[in-house]
Amino acid sequence: MTMPASSQPDDFRHFLHQALRSGSFMTGLIITLLIAAMAALSFIWTPYDVTNLVVANRMQGLSAAHPFGTDHLGRDILSMIMVGSRNSIAVAIVAVGIGMGIGVPLGCWAAARGGWLDEVLMRFNDVVFAFPALLSAIMITAIFGPGAVNAIIAIGIFNVPVFARVARAGALALWPREFILAARAAGKGKALITIEHILPNIASILLVQGTIQFALGILAEAGLSYLGLGAQPPMPSWGRMLFDAQTRMMIAPNQAIFPGLAIVITVLGLNLLGDGLRDILDPRLRRER
Amino acid sequence: MTAYLFKRLAIALATLIVASVVVFAVLEVLPGDPARIMLGMNASPEALESLREQMGMNQPLITRYLNWISGMAIGDFGRSYTYSSPVIELIAERITVSLPLAIMSLLLSTIIAIPVGIFAASRRGKLADTISMGAAQVGVAVPNFWFALLLIYIFAVALRLVPAGGFPGWGDWWQALKALILPAVALALPQAAILARVTRSAMLDVLGEDYIRTAHAKGMPRHIVLWRHALRNAMIPVLTVLGLQFAFLLAGTIIIENVFYLPGLGRLVFQAITQRDLIVVEGVVMLLVASVVAVNLIVDLLYAVVDPRLRAR
Repeated sequence: MTMPASSQPDDFRHFLHQALRSGSFMTGLIITLLIAAMAALSFIWTPYDVTNLVVANRMQGLSAAHPFGTDHLGRDILSMIMVGSRNSIAVAIVAVGIGMGIGVPLGCWAAARGGWLDEVLMRFNDVVFAFPALLSAIMITAIFGPGAVNAIIAIGIFNVPVFARVARAGALALWPREFILAARAAGKGKALITIEHILPNIASILLVQGTIQFALGILAEAGLSYLGLGAQPPMPSWGRMLFDAQTRMMIAPNQAIFPGLAIVITVLGLNLLGDGLRDILDPRLRRER
Repeated sequence: MTAYLFKRLAIALATLIVASVVVFAVLEVLPGDPARIMLGMNASPEALESLREQMGMNQPLITRYLNWISGMAIGDFGRSYTYSSPVIELIAERITVSLPLAIMSLLLSTIIAIPVGIFAASRRGKLADTISMGAAQVGVAVPNFWFALLLIYIFAVALRLVPAGGFPGWGDWWQALKALILPAVALALPQAAILARVTRSAMLDVLGEDYIRTAHAKGMPRHIVLWRHALRNAMIPVLTVLGLQFAFLLAGTIIIENVFYLPGLGRLVFQAITQRDLIVVEGVVMLLVASVVAVNLIVDLLYAVVDPRLRAR
């Protein structure tokens, strides 16, 4: 939990100090920035055009011209991984945005209001948690049509109860604290207190959860597009590349290995970043120092 | 204890009812008319109408919901449009693949993860801890279907030890087990990675307690302290995750079953979704939701067994 607003510059310096010493945070941050840079670069430059099919170049192995080889349609695997990263990142970010945008206000509301509303919201959370997330995401995309937008919605829906629960737990722990009582004594309403005092103080745990859900979103998107329910061709996606590669696994394993590695590295980077952030921001660890 | 039990039961039941309303509502208001899908695009309006009547689709929504839910309560899940056989028979047939697969991977991940978690916790900060937790960190990041492809490449294509896919049935149980081993390993790896991390952190919490220091101080052998005193108290978070994982495995096999062409529940529901065989989808989804709820309930009750303080409530 961050300290009251007056000590924020100190807080930031403290954070920076801890961050530079945390191996997992720095590793995660560097990997994440590299992946983000790769996605950004793909907008202006890729080694080859991924929409340009050169059948003469199909099924090539690793070479200087094509470091990761080419696929069955002659597309450069490295270029496809670069363009595919955009899709993964976009789907996961918007899905986290949906989860935070709906879940955090719900969780804060439940914590501030308490009573039956809290009970109803949390029981509804239980219902969503009872649905196997992946199965439901598959149902939503299969029924409302495959594509990146429906994949975002399907993954985003299951982020809502996660953020609602985290926000509620964080807010509930804050409400009895003195500085909140002081704000209430000063006559501030619950909504204003939530915006001015609760949200800044739960921002760090939300950030950690956001990183974790981001990583889970990348995995979920890969699963959906592997089943043909995510981004549609010709838009490359990592999951789809794995599906295409599966039948040719015995002659061209490189077509499956590299997109998979891209997923593993991205998810690993985000998880390390999240773990590192948690270690730095965890109030229990901080008090011990 | 009775109050605790009663409250858990009531919550489980309420969750099931709300979930059934959601499943029914979502699938009934969908675009796509099952009667038209069964008869094809060129069907005459009269034929469509009579089929709709026969399928009970002209009754009010409430009646259909009540028929559906009361049927399920007595084990009648309706008839599949595409397989033209009772849904319950389809489920019974497919569960003989999915359930053993889920159990195998849960066993595998438990056997690997709990000792690794305990070991890492007992060597906190040492090389063994760093290596095993680094491996767990990578394991969490690996998509299970990609891992499955790698396993197929190594063990089915290169070494030819096991089949790359398909399921021969339980007639020859050795062949059946061989067909399930790669999918089980693929499913178990990410689960084991998560479970090892949870076990480690739960153990670390417990190992800091006074009674552990007392046990060490009175000269109790290190492994007895770890396995008898610490593990028992670290079980609650571990049990929670195990419960969640079992529920996930039952449903989470959907992609893995597609990778290995296994005729399990996941493939059944995936095909039913693409063919708009809604009654099958509704039945399987409700069954999975019910098993998630049941597993959560069992875990809640196990808490009471593991932690006597809960029993007193």
